Amino acid sequence: MSLRRPSKNQPEDFDFNPASLAAAKLIIAKYPKDKQQSAVMALLYIAQKQNSNWIPLVAMKYIGKFLDMPYIKVYEVATFYTMYNLAPVGKNFIQVCTTTPCMIRGAYKLVEACKEKISENENELSKDQSCSWMEVECLGACVNAPMLQINDDYYEDLDKEKTLKILDKILTGETPKPGSYRGRLNNEPENNRKTLMDLKNA
Amino acid sequence: MLKDEDRIFQNLYNDKGSDVESSRKRGDWTNTKDLIDKGRDWIITEVKASELRGRGGAGFPTGLKWSFAPKELGLRPHYLVINGDESEPGTCKDRDILRFEPHKLIEGCLIAAYAVQAHVCYIYIRGEYFIDGEKLQAAIDEAYEKNLIGKNASGTGWDLDIYIHYGAGAYICGEETALLESIEGKKGQPRLKPPFPALIGLYGCPTIINNVETIAVVPTILRRGGKWFASLGKAKNTGTKIFCISGNVNNPCNVEEEMSISLKELIEVHAGGVIGGWENLQAVIPGGSSMPLIPQKTCETLTMDFDSLMAEKSGLGTAGIVVINKDQDIIKCMARIARFYKHESCGQCTPCREGTGWMWRMLERMAKGEASRDEVDMLGDVTNQIAGHTICAFGEGSSWPVQGLLRHFKKEIEDRNNFNPTIKKEKNIPYLVDQHLLDKKNA
Repeated sequence: MSLRRPSKNQPEDFDFNPASLAAAKLIIAKYPKDKQQSAVMALLYIAQKQNSNWIPLVAMKYIGKFLDMPYIKVYEVATFYTMYNLAPVGKNFIQVCTTTPCMIRGAYKLVEACKEKISENENELSKDQSCSWMEVECLGACVNAPMLQINDDYYEDLDKEKTLKILDKILTGETPKPGSYRGRLNNEPENNRKTLMDLKNA
Repeated sequence: MLKDEDRIFQNLYNDKGSDVESSRKRGDWTNTKDLIDKGRDWIITEVKASELRGRGGAGFPTGLKWSFAPKELGLRPHYLVINGDESEPGTCKDRDILRFEPHKLIEGCLIAAYAVQAHVCYIYIRGEYFIDGEKLQAAIDEAYEKNLIGKNASGTGWDLDIYIHYGAGAYICGEETALLESIEGKKGQPRLKPPFPALIGLYGCPTIINNVETIAVVPTILRRGGKWFASLGKAKNTGTKIFCISGNVNNPCNVEEEMSISLKELIEVHAGGVIGGWENLQAVIPGGSSMPLIPQKTCETLTMDFDSLMAEKSGLGTAGIVVINKDQDIIKCMARIARFYKHESCGQCTPCREGTGWMWRMLERMAKGEASRDEVDMLGDVTNQIAGHTICAFGEGSSWPVQGLLRHFKKEIEDRNNFNPTIKKEKNIPYLVDQHLLDKKNA
């Protein structure tokens, strides 16, 4: 199990803004009547997005009231799932996959790059306060290993130099192009394609 | 090698685009109404005839699963749930279906929902695949617009609504009952079975849960006939399968191939061979991280299907093949997998919650050569204490890779950890201290 603690510095209050409110109503409509508790995961995402990528305790209380469920149930969900950040992270949140398939292709080189460019330790903000990074478990792009995720985007087929370049761009406020950094088409075998050939040049 | 026209996922590499028009050109949505008009029994019989086995890991026959749904709609509605929580290390097939072949999945949802009499289908996608989920959502919106799903879907008279539910980074939610808990807005902790979800599932209603790949192949099976699908592969292990080949190969890739293809062909032909040559191969994890590894000498003749891998005391699982060559430290590789399971245990059952951490800490020490010789057997004992003593299959999933390591690489571990604490006492082994707490602040 992973141990997760809420931040010590908590804001005083939290309310959904109109955009979040509209999104929340749409989500609740997906689930049967009286089952609005199902929307709690999606609502936590909305709160996280609104509150610069982390969820304060007041937001959990707010969502509890919003969905008519006990605060502790919301707290349980928010602390169980690892994609909910319980403490502030950088505006650019970098997650490096280091599970075995990535590890044997050099994921720890990517970690080195993050240490050089962003911060010495995981979950620590960079000097300009804009980025933070952490090691995560399998992100499900093993064929494109090693890879990392920045906010919602996947950056694949990396090595240390390419990661340094991507991080440089991120630190100057640009958004680098997601996808493969060896120029291959999605998950095809690079320069070695033996299947679906008629389609390739069609 | 499988002929190109027998490949179900023609757009696996996105050569053609994933929108509804290009999907139609590949045959999706062309005669959905005719298929559904043939009736529930025909659909289920045809899927049974195809001998399709679930692609999510356990390999349960899909037609049989569908036939467990109550025949008559009672007071409680039926639900169809699609498991796209793909988190098994080594596996990335569902992602390609979600983003490049979404219409195969949506059409499969309609057919399956009709077969099990569900009007609502939830597709559970892991939270990290947000961008891919957006692509699926765009395809769903397209399908609603063309009235392929929704009220009177595709003119069949059947109403179907499809919703996406995002997970949030919990591997355990790939377990079907944990997935249901998660949709209900709770912690993803598995339920006891029985009752099985086919009778008491989502919101206490009958629920059929299938993997993304399983559902996405169904429309093609019905179009080309269960017999065609059953003619591929070998008996009880039929059809095609997307294999994900990752790790130390020259061209890691996803490829759709016939079941029972030889492992060597997959690696040598499709993935461009092992880095450093076949001789440099150390071991292969054949079906995602929870399946025991297979040493090089067995890889020579191995065929990739459920039953022949079972005979090697491993399993096909999700067909995520991780190739490990001799440049890697096999103990370190397994220690990292053990850390994955320690991180992902849901904490509900004590043997798993505590045991996964023990296995990780012992393996880390063994990788460094700091363990004593009798700990090797102790590690084996710990795995036996976990497997079979938990609510869900996570216990097996976490202890099998360690058992595989002990089965095939015991000598390597013993060579590295050969000191005997009763003879040499100068080495300080922190038996009672949680080493990880000393090493790391936020472990």
